[in-house]
Amino acid sequence: MIEVIELPFMQRALIGGVLVGFLASYYGVFVVQRGLSFLGSGLAHAAFGGIALGLLLETEPRWVAVPFTLMVALGITWVKEKTAVGGDTAIGIFFAISMALGIVFLFLRREYTADAFTYLFGSILAVTWTDIGITALIAAITGLFSSSWKRWAYTSFDRELAQSDHLPVRRDDYILSMLVAITIVVSIKVVGIVLIAAFLVIPAATARIVSTTFRRMTILSVVLGMLSAIMGLWISYYLDLPSGATIILLQALLFFVALFTGATLLQKS
Amino acid sequence: MNTNCLEVEGLWVKYGFHNALEDINVRIKQDSFVAIVGPNGAGKSTFLKVLLGIIQPTRGQVRINGQNVKKVSPSLIGYVPQVKTMDRSFPALAIELVLTGIKHSWPWSSDTNTREKAYKALEQVGAEHLANRPLARLSGGELQRVCLARSIVREPKLVMLDEPATGIDTVGEADMYNLLEEYQRYSRATILMITHDWHAATHHADAVLLLNKKQISFGPPKEALNEDYLRQAFGHIGHTHTLKFLMNSND
Repeated sequence: MIEVIELPFMQRALIGGVLVGFLASYYGVFVVQRGLSFLGSGLAHAAFGGIALGLLLETEPRWVAVPFTLMVALGITWVKEKTAVGGDTAIGIFFAISMALGIVFLFLRREYTADAFTYLFGSILAVTWTDIGITALIAAITGLFSSSWKRWAYTSFDRELAQSDHLPVRRDDYILSMLVAITIVVSIKVVGIVLIAAFLVIPAATARIVSTTFRRMTILSVVLGMLSAIMGLWISYYLDLPSGATIILLQALLFFVALFTGATLLQKS
Repeated sequence: MNTNCLEVEGLWVKYGFHNALEDINVRIKQDSFVAIVGPNGAGKSTFLKVLLGIIQPTRGQVRINGQNVKKVSPSLIGYVPQVKTMDRSFPALAIELVLTGIKHSWPWSSDTNTREKAYKALEQVGAEHLANRPLARLSGGELQRVCLARSIVREPKLVMLDEPATGIDTVGEADMYNLLEEYQRYSRATILMITHDWHAATHHADAVLLLNKKQISFGPPKEALNEDYLRQAFGHIGHTHTLKFLMNSND
């Protein structure tokens, strides 16, 4: 088992996987608790539009995907806040527009689009040190915002109570949306556009089942996100399976174990 | 010296072309118990949200203890929201909800003194045994007590309650009024309560603000809830026998 770690591409994959596991599962607790699980899918598909534009412009796709996804995240938050359109509808509309734009951009490229498939399904074993550096930077920014956990948690529980305590709820909504959007873009190489939403939702949902406090849910979600990345990577290496999909399937397995055992334990306690 | 706890002058709230509140003018003295009464959609919750600084008035002035609402420290106000609107699926213990009353944010951790203060508030409302119980396992009445503990733990000078009796049984409701009156006795706080229960408004409040977008009446309960005013407020459902029955129950 140890010899696997000595392989340079596995070292990069492990570090990348752990960082993405941390980021997605940390932001996932707010996404799940606010009933915004669909946001992950919406932003991942927005990122597809950005990636496709990057490929069309023949530049690093993620540099285009970051501002593209950020704009979509801000657009969704704005429409949700300022109009009578519900959050899920706003996400659905932006999701469809981004996908449609992505398809048009790929069509306009008029070349073989193998790169697009790499981004759709992820390729953790192709993670570079630059990718790790960018993801570590986002993890560091998340660390800088760690004091916001108390405000985000309060708003996730009850928006009006938080507002009555004069918390900057609207500003926090925009910051959280932007950080979720950036997390999605930097995670694409590890799990792919198709599966990143699951990475955001499953560890947090699993932690929710067995937690009685939001703090415990956050800690458990992060531990599950990082552990599943390590274990999933190992399993995929030995069974020669796609790494992103293996990680998600492992997370799903843990979810169902928690569902059938954790809920029972909580009911008895 | 200004003895008014709350001063509202020419308050208007508009949502697009729709008026939610029209020209509200009230002065509420410190240490009074005011019930806000009106039909559904009368703007009662909107009025409370303006006082809490959640909704910006379109026009008018609102001052609490002589200060603009936005400048008032949240520590001066204890807010008890409608229990039925709270997310009970949120993973939290009752004590954590009380701690938000002290910390003004969700607690990651808390020191012994802060926790003792929260336990004391729960004890005041007879809910100390609920401290470590998840919110999902509290009954409506129990959650109401915990919310009350959350609001009084910061020793506010103004307590605002949004339909506090909704979803709790008669005994729980009587307990809640006793707790509120007890808190008011020793703290001399002002209490503002939205209610659909005219009986409770007549028996517990010193004054009633009757709303239906406009201010229909404001004064002692017997005066503010007379037949003419009630017909103005509830005109669309004001069948003679219904109003007479409800007014007799007030007597």
